Amino acid sequence: MGYNCVVLAKQVPDTHKVTGKAMKDDGTVNRAALPAVFNPEDLNALEMAIQVKERAGGTVTVMTMGLPTACDILRESLYRGADRGILLTDRRCAGSDTLATSYILSCAIRHLGKVDLVFCGRQAIDGDTAQVGPQTAEKLGIPQMTYVEKLLDVTNGHIRARRNLGHGWEVVEGALPMLVTVTEAANDPRPSAARRLMRYKAAQSPAEIARQVSIDMKQADDAARAAETKKRTEALAARGLLLEQWSLDDFPIDFAWVGLDGSPTKVHRVQSIVLTGSGYHEVAPTDDSIRTLIHELIEDHTIG
Amino acid sequence: MANFFLDNSDILFRFSNAPLAKLAGIMEGDFSASKEFPHAPATPEEAADNYRRVLESLGALAGDFIAPRSEDVDATGPVLNDDGSVAYATGTAEALDMLAKAEVMGFTLPHRFGGLNFPNLIYTIAIEMVSRADAALMNIFGLQGIAETINAFASEEIKQEYLPNLASGKHTGAMVLTEPDAGSDLQSVKLRAYQDSAGQWFLNGVKRFITNGCGNVLLVLARSEPDITDGRGLSLFVCQPGPTVKVRRLERKLGIHGSPTCELQFSDTPCQLIGERQRGLITYVMALMNGARLGIAGQSLGIGEASYRVAREYAAKRKQFDQPIENFPALRDLLIDSRMELLASRALTYETAIAVDILYGASKKMELDRPTDKDELKALRDTERKYKRIAGMLTPMCKYHSSEMSMKVSNDAIAVLGGSGYMKDYPVERYMRDARITTIYEGTSQLQVIAAVRGVVQGAAEMVCEELAAGTFAESVQPLVDRLNAARPVLAECIAFIKSQPGTEYMDLYGRKLVDAAIDLLVGYWFCRDVAADPSRLAFAKRWVNTRLPRIEYLRGLILSGDRQTMEEFDALAGPIPTLAD
Repeated sequence: MGYNCVVLAKQVPDTHKVTGKAMKDDGTVNRAALPAVFNPEDLNALEMAIQVKERAGGTVTVMTMGLPTACDILRESLYRGADRGILLTDRRCAGSDTLATSYILSCAIRHLGKVDLVFCGRQAIDGDTAQVGPQTAEKLGIPQMTYVEKLLDVTNGHIRARRNLGHGWEVVEGALPMLVTVTEAANDPRPSAARRLMRYKAAQSPAEIARQVSIDMKQADDAARAAETKKRTEALAARGLLLEQWSLDDFPIDFAWVGLDGSPTKVHRVQSIVLTGSGYHEVAPTDDSIRTLIHELIEDHTIG
Repeated sequence: MANFFLDNSDILFRFSNAPLAKLAGIMEGDFSASKEFPHAPATPEEAADNYRRVLESLGALAGDFIAPRSEDVDATGPVLNDDGSVAYATGTAEALDMLAKAEVMGFTLPHRFGGLNFPNLIYTIAIEMVSRADAALMNIFGLQGIAETINAFASEEIKQEYLPNLASGKHTGAMVLTEPDAGSDLQSVKLRAYQDSAGQWFLNGVKRFITNGCGNVLLVLARSEPDITDGRGLSLFVCQPGPTVKVRRLERKLGIHGSPTCELQFSDTPCQLIGERQRGLITYVMALMNGARLGIAGQSLGIGEASYRVAREYAAKRKQFDQPIENFPALRDLLIDSRMELLASRALTYETAIAVDILYGASKKMELDRPTDKDELKALRDTERKYKRIAGMLTPMCKYHSSEMSMKVSNDAIAVLGGSGYMKDYPVERYMRDARITTIYEGTSQLQVIAAVRGVVQGAAEMVCEELAAGTFAESVQPLVDRLNAARPVLAECIAFIKSQPGTEYMDLYGRKLVDAAIDLLVGYWFCRDVAADPSRLAFAKRWVNTRLPRIEYLRGLILSGDRQTMEEFDALAGPIPTLAD
């Protein structure tokens, strides 16, 4: 018994800490100016997966596609209770839009074997598309529950959950396998567990080890570095602290569908909007003026 | 997104300048536990890194999760259900669940019971952060001394039965000591412990004001020797709640509303003896109380820190007479004095925790790994003796100073906020209500002074000051050190005068003044020492020395006066006993 859960997580620039330097002159995100964090709703997805494991047993595997720096969120996942972390990193992934990303992720998930539940955050705070989860479900050919705000039950191969509909909610139920996208209202992500933190802080991926070796052995030749990297990698693996690292060569994939070539999304226009104050507007302290103000705010979508 | 570890420059300073590697060595010995437990550190550096990471993680939990719930916890508090069970306030229950998941409910317990095996210093920092978020939650989080007492004194069987569940946070505990007629005077405890013919122990009687008395592990002080009426007739027992333990009521309190304060009735409750008979109060509870006092000092720091932050922010933003109120000299003094007291309390409390850890290390080595070499043994014995003196003085001193500080700083925060501070719209009125208990429980300030002054009179403060004075200081701070050195003989003069008085009455009459003078000097040296590690702290040292040396002179005048009017003319000064209306 028990369910094999996969959590799709993303390391994102912390848009809560936006400063004047957060945008480059061309209007794109200056990732260097913002600290990289675990996408907040992916933490809710991880929490839900851990809760499924606590209730029904099984495993929690966290998968992230990105640069080796994304290992930070894999370690954080281990601190919180994940069993396994996989870094999906390959130069050929660069430039992937949501379609290509979901294709790559779906191929990687298939490679994991039997998966009962895939949990994703509703959306990432950098792109805000909310597309990767649903597209991954489509490519895996499994049903999906989006905007889940409460996990109600997982028993007998079925999941029941409450979805947010924007203006209300509905309770839905479906047979596994299922992909679930999770909102921040779903739960309070647990903190790092101290003993897991102390144990898994040493976990690293081969890419991180290689990087460290190149720093530690500046003078050495490539062969010596490769030998040292292999040695350290094996030592970490023996302690159960090696973060798995997959490239696109590690599972069946059609390269026509990945990277820039596999990404039909075209950026039509980037608008740089500079907010400036332009005068002020006095509201009289009467019911009528306040009513008018509220209507104006609703009309320009400031509230409501 | 608040992190109560990373946003606190003073905690970070004290943490990074603490002898972490030494403390790690005390806790981990030869670091061989790392072979058995994958999370245990293999080196002192790794241990120090663990301390930092766990505090950072707990700092985020305190700031992001616990603090936002504290107002609601204060407003609702726990409930005594009809079936006798106690339900925590929602926020308390949620926070305890998170703390258990964070694996921080066994901070100082050994690895083998699921603990983190961290030193007292780190636990004290953790207590401060949790208390800043919710002072009432500390009364449950900060009760880990119960587990420590079991670990130190109980049989292996009892340890196995209780410690893993305490470390995992599945169970919480209570120190069941106080009775209606035994508050400060625990020697008068009446609750009876008796044995049946099979040797099974039972408890009978009532306990009052029991923090978290609804917990799952009750450490009960009881009279096992009915013929011995003082402290030597008391033993310590552990029991679990059940049909024979009834929570009769929850107290309605001024502050720390989230903490359930229970009246407990034991009716032939089966229990187990901890350690040996008759050592309950004189050995075990004394050890337990010393740990708890350090914990209350940490709690006080958290309340002081929370209060000061609100006051500081408000003074900068609040405008009156067309300018921020922080521009006014009187407000500036209020803020600066608050901060200096807060920083002083933290220095005193953390130094105490370090001394307690060093003492623990020396005692452990004496017990388990006594050196065979004669000189080594002597050195170890000297270390143990020295730190017993230091910890014995500093523990009541830091409890006294920090708890009084939290009252003053929270009170002054209300002063800064004025009318707004008096209202429930701001948290400072809650901080002041929460602070009030810290000077009372685990021994009142008056009792802490009685304990601390004995250490001062026996020369412990002078010894620490001398050692500090012999250290190296930044050049910029040398003139201040010279002034402290010149003031140091005042302490000796006061002590000599007190010693020359017959009996101990004069010592207790002027105890608080002598302890205050000793604290002023100690903190002065610590603040001066700090400048070497961070030149910007020269301002703190300067402020402290400039404001405290005159106070030492003033205290000297009082102590050397020989005046006993308090004792001689009490009735004339205090007036007749009034009749209070019902």
